[in-house]
Amino acid sequence: MVEINAITQGEHELISVKGEIDASSSIELDNALKEAAESGKKILIDLQELDYISSAGLGVFISYLEDLKKNNTQLVIFGLQEKVQEVFSILGLQHLMTIADSKQEAEQLLNEA
Amino acid sequence: MGMAFLLYPTHVFLSRMVSRKLKIRLSLLAGILSWLLFTFFDLYLLFVEKYQINVDLSGLLPQTFLTTMVVSVLFYYRYTVTKADSINFIDLLWQVFVTGLVTTIGSLIIRLFFYVFGNSAISENPFTINFLYHILIGLVVIYLVSTFVVWKRLIQYQKSKNLIQLWTLFEYVLLGSLIFDLFGNKFLSVNFNAALIILGGLALILAFNLKWIAYLNFKQKWKSILFILLSGIYVYHFLLNLISFSQTNALNIDLLDRVYFVALFFFIILYAAIAILVTLFNLPTSSVFERKLQEAIDFQKLSQSIPAGQSAEQIYDILLESSMSAVFADGAWLEIRDIEDTLITRDLPEEAVIDIKASVRQEYIRDILEYRFNKDFLSQKVIGAINHPDYKSIIAVPIMVKNEQKGILVLLQEVGDAFNREMVEIISTFVSQASISLENFQLIGEAIENERYKEQLKIANSVQKSLLPSSLRHNECFDIVAYSMAADEVGGDYYDIIEPETGIFNLIVGDVSGKGTSAAFNMAQMKGIFHSLAQNTNPPEVFVRQANAALSRCLEKSSFITAMYFQIDTMANELSYVRAGHCPALFYSNSSRIISDLNEDGLGLGILRNSEYDQYVKQHTATYQSGDLLLLYTDGITEAKNSDGIQYGTERLRTSLLNHIDEPLNDLKTGLIDDLMKFLKDKKLDDDYTLTVVRFN
Repeated sequence: MVEINAITQGEHELISVKGEIDASSSIELDNALKEAAESGKKILIDLQELDYISSAGLGVFISYLEDLKKNNTQLVIFGLQEKVQEVFSILGLQHLMTIADSKQEAEQLLNEA
Repeated sequence: MGMAFLLYPTHVFLSRMVSRKLKIRLSLLAGILSWLLFTFFDLYLLFVEKYQINVDLSGLLPQTFLTTMVVSVLFYYRYTVTKADSINFIDLLWQVFVTGLVTTIGSLIIRLFFYVFGNSAISENPFTINFLYHILIGLVVIYLVSTFVVWKRLIQYQKSKNLIQLWTLFEYVLLGSLIFDLFGNKFLSVNFNAALIILGGLALILAFNLKWIAYLNFKQKWKSILFILLSGIYVYHFLLNLISFSQTNALNIDLLDRVYFVALFFFIILYAAIAILVTLFNLPTSSVFERKLQEAIDFQKLSQSIPAGQSAEQIYDILLESSMSAVFADGAWLEIRDIEDTLITRDLPEEAVIDIKASVRQEYIRDILEYRFNKDFLSQKVIGAINHPDYKSIIAVPIMVKNEQKGILVLLQEVGDAFNREMVEIISTFVSQASISLENFQLIGEAIENERYKEQLKIANSVQKSLLPSSLRHNECFDIVAYSMAADEVGGDYYDIIEPETGIFNLIVGDVSGKGTSAAFNMAQMKGIFHSLAQNTNPPEVFVRQANAALSRCLEKSSFITAMYFQIDTMANELSYVRAGHCPALFYSNSSRIISDLNEDGLGLGILRNSEYDQYVKQHTATYQSGDLLLLYTDGITEAKNSDGIQYGTERLRTSLLNHIDEPLNDLKTGLIDDLMKFLKDKKLDDDYTLTVVRFN
């Protein structure tokens, strides 16, 4: 269903998500985010190959927003496909998360912060 | 015996009882008569010889009666000594011990006689000597023959076809030696030695059949060593006594000149000696054996509690294989009656099954074979004899699953009486193990469609349905219809409408994140919040802020709710609303025939759990006209995917709406759903979906 890879790239953790995130596969995303959040580094999430995200998957992202903000950890997601982008924006997440078009833009946003 | 009554018609049973008793009595009578005649004729011949009376009496006569006596005693003990079984090994040996004790006391009295009367005339009289010798012969015959029969029973414990053939040969040769003895061969003559070597060879081979020893526990082994040792002492004593008689040279017939008796002595001593040695060597291992047995029992208990990971076919194979090897079966079959009947045979053509079933006589086994078994399982009763050209013995064990007979396991042997209770115990252990594995399969199957679970969900379903309004409040200014379907028994979609003041309506449609039971609980919370906070004419933005504050405290961290909240003022023909992260409602304008998205900015409830949320709440107001239509829906509709993985999407929903826009409101709703179903074809929906349509008059 979903393939999640997490690597450390210098100053930040890069998580790439591939496939679909539904209620059952959202646990893997949760684990990856938890580890990244604990590292204290800036987090970069590559969603270029994310085809679908269910409300349970969005719930995982949402559940980390508060903690990350409290710990002043930067998080940028990038490369959202049109449909995924739409899901994020319908929910209003663009107000709470930094969403970039490309990896380059995302890295730039992270470095500025 | 009481049970035997049930198995046979009374008259058959009685005739069997009588004939057995009669046989025992007849053989006893024949034995006593033979001894009397043997003694009479032998002494008579002695008399004739001594006084040289010219009587034509063959010396064969006493020899013949000695032989008939031996045969009678043999038959007597064949009828009285029971078959060897693990519970009676020690009883059998006890029998040998007691018989030996009684006969030895008799023999000792004879020795006492010679001791007391020493060199007196009476003790040197050939008549006295021969008469006492005949008594001794009687005692020796009783002891030797009874011991021989017991040894036979022990040797034939768990017999095989080969063993039976060899034993039969041994008995025939022994019978031959009895006839051979009639011709009065002398001890250690050539013929005598030849016969003895043949018998000795056979005895030696047979003497190594000691399977029964393995079934004795530590204490029983010591007991059997004691009994056999004492039996050996009796034999030694008898031999001494016989030899001392032999040395008097006064004997008319010397027992030691007879191959039969010498062979019998040899056989009995040999088997006793080997049995003692084997038992001794088995002593240190018996505790290990007992422990292993206990381990096996424990293992069984353990394995019964674990659901087996194999398929039913594998279980059948294991059951057949292990059962056959445990009882040395020549053939077997396994029958299972389920949705599909199964018949697996081993070393047996399938056609033979019907013949074998027909040849079973015991009613108990017949009941098992006919699936009528409902009694208590008795291991001795499932062993039976069959009247079949290829097989003589049968074990039939019922396979019970949840107290219901599901099948049978049948094991066959070519020889009669081949099975015993221990074998059945092992088999029934295997069967009960297999039954439990089969039961597990059944349970797993049942769990999928578990009735109770379904019942619980039905309750949850009906509770949840009651959370959705059964009728939608409205007035003459608008009509409203709604449709909701959950992917699971319980769902997380919510819609409702209330009229806090005449002409003012608060309408909500909401979607709880996730699905299933937890979503349903959150939906119930949403309903509570709506019914407490929307009972006034506060504008939508106030409601949404308050709802967010309320939900922030009760939703778990990763849950959120999207909603669209409308306030319809039917007096002002006004519609004000807030979109809280929910998929945008569609608004159809009748005058322009255009559908627009109400996709103003907004944030889902419970996403931001503090007052910062408030800044994202944006209220909008619009006016409506007659014929305008509002379509609220949840993302279950637009995100529904067909088998090609294509989403239904907003565009298809818009097109569908336009196609049905002129239909009555209920038909329009049905039309929207039908269009969605056509797109999905047979694919099941995997999310909850809800439609609410409002048409203004």
